[in-house]
Amino acid sequence: MLKIENLHASVADKPILKGVTLEVPAGEVHAIMGPNGAGKSTLSYVLTGRQGYSVTQGSATLNGEDLLALEPNERAARGLFLSFQYPLEIPGVPALTFIRTALNAQRKARGEPEVTAPEFLKLAREKAAALKIDFDMLKRALNVGFSGGEKKRMEIFQMAMLSPRFLILDETDSGLDIDALRIVSEGVNALRSPDRGMLVITHYQRLLDYIKPDRVHVMSAGRIVASGGPDLALELEREGYDKYARAA
Amino acid sequence: MSLASALRDHDVARLPGKRDEDWRWTDLRGLIRVLPPGSPAYDGPVAAGPFGGLGEGEVLFVNGRVRGDEELLTLAAGQTRTVRLRFVSAAAGASHSVQAKVRVGAGASLTLLESYEGQAAGYLADAGLDIVLEPGARLERVVLTVDAADAVSVSTASVTLAASARLSQCTLSDGAKRQRLETRVLHPGVGAAVRLDGTYLLAGQRHADCTTVVTHAGADGTTEQLIKGVTADQSRGVFQGRIVVAQGADRTDARMGHHALILSERAEIDAKPELEIYADDVSCAHGNTVGALDEEALFYAEQRGIPAAQARAMLTEAFIGEVIDRIGHEGAREAARAWAAQRLRT
Repeated sequence: MLKIENLHASVADKPILKGVTLEVPAGEVHAIMGPNGAGKSTLSYVLTGRQGYSVTQGSATLNGEDLLALEPNERAARGLFLSFQYPLEIPGVPALTFIRTALNAQRKARGEPEVTAPEFLKLAREKAAALKIDFDMLKRALNVGFSGGEKKRMEIFQMAMLSPRFLILDETDSGLDIDALRIVSEGVNALRSPDRGMLVITHYQRLLDYIKPDRVHVMSAGRIVASGGPDLALELEREGYDKYARAA
Repeated sequence: MSLASALRDHDVARLPGKRDEDWRWTDLRGLIRVLPPGSPAYDGPVAAGPFGGLGEGEVLFVNGRVRGDEELLTLAAGQTRTVRLRFVSAAAGASHSVQAKVRVGAGASLTLLESYEGQAAGYLADAGLDIVLEPGARLERVVLTVDAADAVSVSTASVTLAASARLSQCTLSDGAKRQRLETRVLHPGVGAAVRLDGTYLLAGQRHADCTTVVTHAGADGTTEQLIKGVTADQSRGVFQGRIVVAQGADRTDARMGHHALILSERAEIDAKPELEIYADDVSCAHGNTVGALDEEALFYAEQRGIPAAQARAMLTEAFIGEVIDRIGHEGAREAARAWAAQRLRT
């Protein structure tokens, strides 16, 4: 599924990723934990192709296809989805219009027919109900005036609508209260499947109580410095990142 | 100095230019060395305009000559009507100037669907509108331009409102070699209300100038203005908005907003919002912003699978949409949306 090898990347000539190697097979959920500034968010932006991040060495492939050679929208059409830590506000574009535009653009890129308006609305009603999203909210400009929790819920809603093959969740728990965290986690867990992979980036162990990872990796100073089973997250929660900061 | 007087006297020295403060960004004197000959009469076919068949009638000017019944532009007290007013230029490299009168009687309501259209290249067109609103009259004026890229096109509307009359206008321009839509409003206060919205969507080397002057002469009047512009390539947008609140025009409420996006490094926007206040107890404000498209929002849309060009068009259309949504006449609003979409998606 997702395979990252010796990935180096810089922002404004400053090296941030210094040789990340990581493999997430289909059907698995991997967590990346690490202190602030470790390069976790940079990794998510490099994988999705944000401007201003230059890859200086290494590779990243999704199902054997070189991600780094593709435009951001082409990566999305191949099934890569990033749930943003701070989802953007899109003034003047209703949420449903935005998502339908995205879905049809992806389908077009894959050579599939566009979804019709009735099909789309049926799907949207179904997924909104599952995530306890008021359907009227979807007629409003995307994320404009939404609370932090509502924005995160909209991210999960978009995920459910776009049905990506590989998900990256960047600090999805930040700004969520316990109830919102439960709804969001259930939404993510509903997407777990044998042919889908997930990378969950988080600073705290809390989210991993809800989205149980198969593997946990510790990132520090631009490298994966330790990997282990779910217990590793608990150990980090107890002992902190200090020992890995020194190891890096 | 005006284009109309230069054409009338066939005297380039009468063209407005850099020395006239109101024309320094749209310098016709510096641009035009020789005035083109007068446009010949044209009896040939005229394609449908940007408003299609909306409304109850049409007043068409071709090369400065009227076709159709100008009387449609005069509404007696209490009448309601929607009229297309089209200014079509159909002679290449020629010039013409025309004056039209619009009268809206007491309590009458006119929707004017006005368009400036080029069917030829390199023309020089001037149009003047003299608009009078009697007490309690309403005018919604929606202006769409479809001028040729190498044309010079100037429209000047002078609007005089009586007490409790309402003017609501939206100009949508895509520019020309030089294009100017100017609106001058004499506002009596006393319950009269003015809304002057507009947008300019420019590409290539087009130039559009949106100039408005509102003079509040009496107390208790309101003016609201929202202009949004987008310039791409090497185009240039000009906004000059002036609101004058004369002595005695107390309790005037005037708000002006001009917001623009520059989509390329070589595009330009010149803006001059002005409030001149000589009265007391007024509430006046203006806001002016010029910036680029939000790159983060753009990446967000791309990450969801929308190609960059389409994402740009979507965000730009949404930006302009705020102005178009304020058009009251539904058919005109749809025509304006189609007009904008066509310019953004190509």
